[in-house]
Amino acid sequence: MSLSEVEAATESEQVEQPAGNLRKEAWKRLKRDPIALVGFGLIAFFVLVAIFAPLIAPYAPDAQPGRGMITPTNIPGPSAEHWFGLDASGRDEFSRVVYGARQSLLVGVVATLFGMAGGLLLGVLAGAFGGKVDTVVMRIVDIMLSIPGLLMAIAIAALLGAGLWSVMIAIAIINVPVFARLLRGQMLAQRGSDYVLAAVSLGVRRRPIVLGHILPNSISPVIVQATLTLATAIIEAAGLSFLGLGGADPRVPEWGRMLADTQRYLASAPHLAFFPGIAIVIAALGFTMLGERLREAIDPKYRR
Amino acid sequence: MSDQVPAPSAEKRASADVLLSVRGLEVHFPIRSGIVVERQVGSVKAVDGVDLDIPRGATVGLVGESGCGKSTLGRAILRLVEPTAGTVTFGDVDVRALAGEDLRRMRRQMQMVFQDPMASLDPRQNVQSVLSEPLRAHGIGGDHRARVRELLDVVGLPASAANRYPHEFSGGQRQRIGIARAIALEPQLIVADEPVSALDVSIQAQVVNLLEELQDRLGLTYLVIAHDLAVVRHIADVVAVMYLGGLVEQAPSDDLYATPLHPYTKALMSAVPIPDPVVEDTRQRILLQGDLPSPADPPTGCRFHTRCPFRQPTRCAEERPLLRTVAGHADAHRVACHWAEDIEAGRILPAASAVVDPDPVREPDPQPDPAT
Repeated sequence: MSLSEVEAATESEQVEQPAGNLRKEAWKRLKRDPIALVGFGLIAFFVLVAIFAPLIAPYAPDAQPGRGMITPTNIPGPSAEHWFGLDASGRDEFSRVVYGARQSLLVGVVATLFGMAGGLLLGVLAGAFGGKVDTVVMRIVDIMLSIPGLLMAIAIAALLGAGLWSVMIAIAIINVPVFARLLRGQMLAQRGSDYVLAAVSLGVRRRPIVLGHILPNSISPVIVQATLTLATAIIEAAGLSFLGLGGADPRVPEWGRMLADTQRYLASAPHLAFFPGIAIVIAALGFTMLGERLREAIDPKYRR
Repeated sequence: MSDQVPAPSAEKRASADVLLSVRGLEVHFPIRSGIVVERQVGSVKAVDGVDLDIPRGATVGLVGESGCGKSTLGRAILRLVEPTAGTVTFGDVDVRALAGEDLRRMRRQMQMVFQDPMASLDPRQNVQSVLSEPLRAHGIGGDHRARVRELLDVVGLPASAANRYPHEFSGGQRQRIGIARAIALEPQLIVADEPVSALDVSIQAQVVNLLEELQDRLGLTYLVIAHDLAVVRHIADVVAVMYLGGLVEQAPSDDLYATPLHPYTKALMSAVPIPDPVVEDTRQRILLQGDLPSPADPPTGCRFHTRCPFRQPTRCAEERPLLRTVAGHADAHRVACHWAEDIEAGRILPAASAVVDPDPVREPDPQPDPAT
């Protein structure tokens, strides 16, 4: 008791804003958490790979150093010369995975951020106002959810024309209802809680109640969902590029498309599926680990 | 706290000045049915015609079993749930007529203490933020840090508590934080909804004493909602007994406990164990049978007649009794029973099935057989 009092007393000298205090605490806890650090390390690793791809990759992503060695039945696997082997066109698989990090991470992060932003907006609207606003917003969300995700993404991407941006926007839009529904449900549950009632009885205005109490207590599952969406966004981007709706230049490698392209050679050259696949898994794992620990760090109930 | 002049205790108790007056208050929750087009198929009459006066500086206890509508009544007074009919007058302000910003400003005068102190505190808010939030909401300037320290001191918590979070406290400490929050705006009325029911018995007395101490210091008026008759007896000047959405008896605390007039109150009193084995073994007890009827479909006439051991063939099922005075009792003692006088005089006896008579003379414990 006395020790924690001393601690609290020294803390109070440094900290002005209670909200800032909480954020600082969360950061402190996150820095001590090995799993969060591993997750952060994985993400940092892929970001660095993406940035320094030209320095890391031994070949350009569209060079075909192994052109002569390829026959339809023989695609060489990993060797000292080509670490991840060659692909069906004789391109160096390692270089393509390295370059692929650029496109994949970009699509995943941007699409998830946009999807989350849209979902937050709709979710807060529905969760904060309830009643008719809630009904209208949730019916829109239901309609969006009733259309198969990839089908809708194809429709949106086709409407916007092939290109990186339309892929990102299409994936963002199909993820909006997921975030919206999740947040709305959480907010609705929080809205009936005693501390919200207490804030109302204190005469706190609606906006601070929604943004200061209900939203912060509802956001954790949304953050975790975002880390999972990052992984699926990469896969969805692959689906779109497989259908010819991806980035304008087919020579620019992207993990998803590399995975999609391998299906004809799966029996003869499984390494073509393995390497981009494992890259997706590890990147997704990194985001998930960080996301999971972030959720615990920002929740004061887990404070140690 | 320093600028508040504490009202002298004796004077405030005697004062007939009514702070809050409730008349014919109803809270009916609609029961809706239908898939596309919803229509109302009925209503849950959680509070159904309550009249209640709370004198300034007094403590009114509201007791009743779970589901009788006592919490809803408390919340309806604060407009945390919307009443469907009736009036709530605070001082000379018609609380039900207020809306928007006027209502928000009015909330400053009326605060609430909740039953579950953990649930009523935002887990992401530290105590500093919890206690300064009401100050921010009403644009009260000054040094919030100093004010929070003062509030913590008043409720008996160390100043270092300000930087800690609700989960770091014990139940009793959390309830102190909840009380500090309720007094932060220096309200006149505090509705305390089961303020100690969620606490350990050993902590209950501390919190009850804190509430009483604050009342003396700040001149507060309390409406204390509880199901624990002992707590209410300790803290309340006036006790109102609620059954299925309506008040059945209202009296100064001592009168009510000494001479309960309503059959329901009698039954409640006889459910309280008396810490004297001789009395406990020899007194006659009245047991209520069955459950609380559904507030969606309350019994006609007297709400209590379906379970009343003193039920009479006439009037009880047809006429809803109103709160009235009974000859031979103080005017402040009012009861909603058609037959209160006859029951008191012993002319009407309870149905035998509802009475648990004291055990016949208890056999002495068998003596150990000297042979073994």
